[in-house]
Amino acid sequence: MTILSNLMIPLIILYILLYACYKNVDLYDKFLEGAKESIDIILKMFPCMLAMIFSINIFLNSNFLSIILSFLKPFFEMIALPFDVIPMMIMRPISGSSTIAILNNLLSQFGPDSFIGRLGSVIQGSTDTTLYVLTLYFGSVGIKKIRYSLWVGLAADIIGIICAIIVTHLLF
Amino acid sequence: MMNKIWAFFLVVGITTFLFTGRVEQLNKEILDSSSKAIELLFQLFPIIALWLGIMNIAVASGLLDKMAHKLSFILKRLFPEIPKGHPSLKYISSNIIANMLGLGSAATPFGLKAMEELQKINSKKDTASRSMITFLVLNTSGVTIIPTTIISMRMMYHSVNPTEILLPCLLATGMATLGGLIIDRIVAKKRGKYDHFI
Repeated sequence: MTILSNLMIPLIILYILLYACYKNVDLYDKFLEGAKESIDIILKMFPCMLAMIFSINIFLNSNFLSIILSFLKPFFEMIALPFDVIPMMIMRPISGSSTIAILNNLLSQFGPDSFIGRLGSVIQGSTDTTLYVLTLYFGSVGIKKIRYSLWVGLAADIIGIICAIIVTHLLF
Repeated sequence: MMNKIWAFFLVVGITTFLFTGRVEQLNKEILDSSSKAIELLFQLFPIIALWLGIMNIAVASGLLDKMAHKLSFILKRLFPEIPKGHPSLKYISSNIIANMLGLGSAATPFGLKAMEELQKINSKKDTASRSMITFLVLNTSGVTIIPTTIISMRMMYHSVNPTEILLPCLLATGMATLGGLIIDRIVAKKRGKYDHFI
């Protein structure tokens, strides 16, 4: 599996290069031309990234979530959801790096083959970091009115997480 | 929308910091935020530059057009507003393929190019178009056939079977994408009728 995924990127690049050679494309010029465009994209993206990281950083480190969660603990125990996975579910749409950090903790604490380890892995794979994707993509083209996109994105996240819980219960 | 969320995170965060009496840490976090943003940007920059370069070769050779053509039967249904043969379609299809293979680093530059092309046919430049939202729903629900990061993390902790989560992940992310697209379609239809009132 890892061999396959390690080989994938080099093989894709090789395929693109060989195909372009076959079509007589000016490889080097085209590469430079494309790479140059990244400067514009990065410059446009920076203010949005800064704004989002600023607010998410303050919010997450304030421990607001853990204070709220400690009040809700009995409720989660009632519906038979392991409490340790809850922070990960809440963080999944907000911050990719924190979810990875939480998953890392779960895997080392409970083991990758425990129920919690498996559930965490499936939650990680069930959806992507909605807030990050929206900030990055809309920011890069200067869109400020995002309309209903956030709600649809979050709804998809909730569906993904609920399915993750059901599927993990059923398959393992 | 972004406005409210941004303000909510900051106001709640700062208030909680003040109530729990950690003013020093708050000051540190405020300053750290900007360096974290720069860090993330510098992580992204080289990857985006590299892939945009390689992608430009694939554009020039016609490889991306070929791929978009193969996916056109799905794209036509998902993005009815995009005119046939529009350049955004080839970037959208490469973004979808890269995402499915778990190549997040390659998917992002393709996605950014797709947004750039979609912005060219957007009538209101500060407002998200319907096609953009559908495209982002595809990306936020993140269909991945091979979740490389999770597998490697599970290997790191010596899982007996690191890849056993492939099928459950695929089911969950598939349902999320399907659900997201259906909701997107319903909301877009409803909004389409009343949009000029909102």
